[in-house]
Amino acid sequence: MYSRRGLPWDPYISGALAGLLAVASVALLGKFFGASTTFARLGGALESSVLPQHVQTLSYFQKYPFKMDWQLMFLVGITAGAFLASVWSRTFRLTLFPDMWKHRFGTSPVKRSITAFIGGILAAFGARMAGGCPSGHGLSGLMQMSISGYISLICFFLGGIIIARVLYGRRDEA
Amino acid sequence: MNTELWGGLITGIIFGILMQRSEVIRYDRQVGAVRLIDMTIIKFMLSAILVGTVGIYQLRELGMIALSVKGTVVGNNVVGGLIFGAGWALLGYCPGTAAGALGEGRLDALIGMLGMLLGAIIFAEVYPYTQTGSLALGNYGKITLPDLLGADPWLLIVGVSVIYLLILYTVEKLKL
Repeated sequence: MYSRRGLPWDPYISGALAGLLAVASVALLGKFFGASTTFARLGGALESSVLPQHVQTLSYFQKYPFKMDWQLMFLVGITAGAFLASVWSRTFRLTLFPDMWKHRFGTSPVKRSITAFIGGILAAFGARMAGGCPSGHGLSGLMQMSISGYISLICFFLGGIIIARVLYGRRDEA
Repeated sequence: MNTELWGGLITGIIFGILMQRSEVIRYDRQVGAVRLIDMTIIKFMLSAILVGTVGIYQLRELGMIALSVKGTVVGNNVVGGLIFGAGWALLGYCPGTAAGALGEGRLDALIGMLGMLLGAIIFAEVYPYTQTGSLALGNYGKITLPDLLGADPWLLIVGVSVIYLLILYTVEKLKL
């Protein structure tokens, strides 16, 4: 039976609603959207369970100690919201391989896992150096017309375009 | 749980639903953007930023909120930004969308999130070196475009909005 449930929502309307949500979050709780700080806090907590003395010496983790905070719950909420929406729309799919990746690189689990893991390392490392990710620098930064937001977001895309070109070639090739 | 934690959870759930249903948490949409073949995430982000900029500056003018601007350090922003972009293209998700992609069953997003924990641990080791030398160049503090240009924020909001609309107009023209 044909269902409209699986059809994607319009990105302009969804984006505008996300903008209203971000404004409401600042108005009601004083919280701007962001995500990468939580990975720093969790990384520090993980490392201090193995090397507690060493973590004591790291000024970065002293600056970002582990805590249950707004942003951690925001990320948990994103996972929960995406889960609910995907089940409701019947678009939940347990898979290791995005379609575009499969088309270009096939279904080697090792290849996809290593690429995703290295990508994650670089993404968090770079976001922490830049001081934020596409949520904190991109959405929250540009909403405030922050100079660091403009510089970082442009560089996110530049870095992405270069590596995507390496992986997928010119756009008319793949 | 207190109000702050509940607020984060509820905000995240709504944001997760919006991102899942508009498909911006998908690898294909994000890598599609950096391959310059699918601008769905640009439409989503710029729409949010257009609405958000007006809202944030209106609330600020009413004295209801204070801005929370991240410091500009050109060396860190540029080098960190480029490294982030490289990782983003390899993984296909950013920190926020990885959390969403995991929710819709994408296991590569989970592996990427484990990589992010290691990436943060590695960054903590080198953090002192990013605070000196060429990476620390261009430290302008927490500045905004109105601060930099000494212009009225509303004039600049009109200006950046026109630029965003021109980008979206071009994207639609090119059917991306």
